[in-house]
Amino acid sequence: MAKVLMKGNEALAEAAIQAGCRHYFGYPITPQNEVTAYMAKRMPKVGGVFLQAESEVSAINMVYGAGGAGARVLITSSSPGISLMQEGISYIAGAEIPCVIANVMRGGPGLGGIQPSQSDYFQSTKGGGHGDYKLIVLAPSTIQEMADLVQQAFDIADKYRNPVMILGDGMLGQMMEPVDFDNIKKGENHIEEKTWATTGMGTRKKKNIINSLELDPQMLEKHNIELFKKYEKASKEEVRYEMTNCEDAEIILVAYGTIARVAKNVIELAKRENINVGLIRPISLWPFPVEPFEKTVNYVKRYLSIEMSMGQMVEDVKLAVNGRKPVYFYGRAGGMVPEPAAILEEIRKISGGAK
Amino acid sequence: MAVVFQKTKGLTDVPFHYCPGCTHGIVHRLVAEVMEELGVLDKAIGVAPVGCAVFAYEYFNCDMQEAAHGRAPAVATGIKRVHPDRVVFTYQGDGDLAAIGTAETVHAAARGENITVVFINNAIYGMTGGQMAPTSLIGQETLTTPYGRKPGNNGYPVKMCEMLSTLDGASYIERVSVYDVKHVLQAKKAIKNAFTAQINKKGFSMIEVLSSCPTNWGLSPNEALKWIKDKMEPYYPLGVYKNTLEEVKQNG
Amino acid sequence: MDEKIIFAGFGGQGIMSMGLIMSYAGMMDGKNVSWLPSYGPEMRGGTANCHVTISDEPVGSPIINEATIVVAMNRPSLERFEKDLVAGGILLINSSLIDIGPQRSDIEVYRIPANDIANQMGNLKIANSIMVGALMSLKNIVSEDAVVNAFKKVFEGKEKLIPINIQAYNRGKESINSQFAVK
Repeated sequence: MAKVLMKGNEALAEAAIQAGCRHYFGYPITPQNEVTAYMAKRMPKVGGVFLQAESEVSAINMVYGAGGAGARVLITSSSPGISLMQEGISYIAGAEIPCVIANVMRGGPGLGGIQPSQSDYFQSTKGGGHGDYKLIVLAPSTIQEMADLVQQAFDIADKYRNPVMILGDGMLGQMMEPVDFDNIKKGENHIEEKTWATTGMGTRKKKNIINSLELDPQMLEKHNIELFKKYEKASKEEVRYEMTNCEDAEIILVAYGTIARVAKNVIELAKRENINVGLIRPISLWPFPVEPFEKTVNYVKRYLSIEMSMGQMVEDVKLAVNGRKPVYFYGRAGGMVPEPAAILEEIRKISGGAK
Repeated sequence: MAVVFQKTKGLTDVPFHYCPGCTHGIVHRLVAEVMEELGVLDKAIGVAPVGCAVFAYEYFNCDMQEAAHGRAPAVATGIKRVHPDRVVFTYQGDGDLAAIGTAETVHAAARGENITVVFINNAIYGMTGGQMAPTSLIGQETLTTPYGRKPGNNGYPVKMCEMLSTLDGASYIERVSVYDVKHVLQAKKAIKNAFTAQINKKGFSMIEVLSSCPTNWGLSPNEALKWIKDKMEPYYPLGVYKNTLEEVKQNG
Repeated sequence: MDEKIIFAGFGGQGIMSMGLIMSYAGMMDGKNVSWLPSYGPEMRGGTANCHVTISDEPVGSPIINEATIVVAMNRPSLERFEKDLVAGGILLINSSLIDIGPQRSDIEVYRIPANDIANQMGNLKIANSIMVGALMSLKNIVSEDAVVNAFKKVFEGKEKLIPINIQAYNRGKESINSQFAVK
């Protein structure tokens, strides 16, 4: 299949279908409406289910039911809608139900705006809902990567029986780029049988229960420990990142998603001024990639975390750097996307007037 | 020796945790017997609520999911959309179904979601210790209405059967009770009708069961059954509120 | 090659389609492309714009701060985006609807009465294709074949509109050749 020009939201939806997802539950919210529209059109054609729920609260619980019943399920929304889903996400993580959740972020808090933002980093990577749990969070920065990661997300979700979040933003949702779907494994071939799912007992001897309740503290702690063993495995096996121009960099930018694209422009601009700037682009936000910091911390002078927020990922950067080198932050919020020139100016500033 | 009584295969051997005199046990057994009699235990998937019946997933002898508070109809929707040929039911209390989960209940019904809802209305929050329910009666004293439920402050009890029966998606809606043998038998018929409606792919079905909560009502089990009859039934009239199918009626 | 084009106008002028035609054509020519629309209330009758990058290199930020080309279909668009052009950049003005000139003198300016030409051709909705033609005759950003195929792609499902739009595209090219552009 040749490349096709697609919006990020559409690529997300198509990639999910090609990964074997046949159940999608959603609720309209800008800037992710293309996903619901695409699914409404495509799902009936592939024998799948598109259901517009009465709320995000209901939609995420439909995902709980469908995922628990063994299906590959996708749900998408944008920031305020994802907030509404947090209860359900906590239950899904607790009951160990695989599913893929995509957040096409917009500015907040509250109703906020509809322009792209990255202000849900904490919510996505640090919990969001109640209780000790982790989402595996993947952040694409191109439409092709959106398609690739969505496919991987379904496999990862199944592998760990855990929800996986795709963290995009309004710009990635709305923009178009060429996408090649040829590399995507066709879902039907590699979905393993889910012997734990509630499918009706049939001839099975033991009934299956999907549940997150455990009133005995000893047993609940055991469950917590088991979950964290799983997260520990994921934190070893699911780390994804990209390093650009880091070899001789004096300053390394740390950026994910949309703003990592801007950062690549900054690298070129800085070259013209003989400033050697590198980029660490976390692709998995949880597990946060520590490795690229270990590789660079000895020789780089400083790190600059750039985000479309008031400063969230910078905390993970600081943890990774652990005081060994200075970590700076530059961000724009509310739907503003920093311009390369502004970031370059910030680089000049923190370099203390260095050329 | 002839077997004159046998425990239904629809229930596991896990002992119920319900208080003495609580009617949850009766309704569990009715649901279990109906599923056994209809021969659907091997393809039933139940959804338990948050509330006193939270452990229902341990009791029913079929695949079960435990939902968040009020979300059982949404969870059941997800299950049913994956397995349209299975029998999917929820078992919910009044706080779960008629307060926090009202939207899920109403919209599952409006969609004509082909599931069966068993609704236990005992006019009180049992598990949390006796607070006002959306179905608590006017004047009823509870932990959170210590001077009685007053319309000016707490509004009026919610009549779910009446509400849901106005929706085109609802196929079978009936209110029953279990305060005496006659009504227990009637309740079983109603539950069977509801499951049959689902098996015949007729859409949303719900059976509301007026139930007792002796512990939180502060009554003896017998007094509690009488309270259903004397206090609840006048406000919540029993009967079939929606029946789109004559054949469903006859199946009972 | 690294073209950064801003198409701007009001809703209903086919702004998004202009960008899509160039993006598809770029993709068909094997270039890296990105297409970024304005979204939200703007698309409902207000101003609309899209940013199109066509490049030999992978596209960094899809937001264009330094445009090589601006196509302004109405006056607010001219006023808003003129400043984003690089020195020496190309400004295409829909002179049917814009009666003012640019402020800057370090850019190449071309005025095309796109709406008048479209009216002459009997269909106001093809003004956008006229502008794409004008743009293409000024700069061979993508191949001719690719543009024709892009029209087919963008009008998928509305095939009967393809001939008139390709006609409009060709008229747009001629409009530049019969030069009334001023510098």
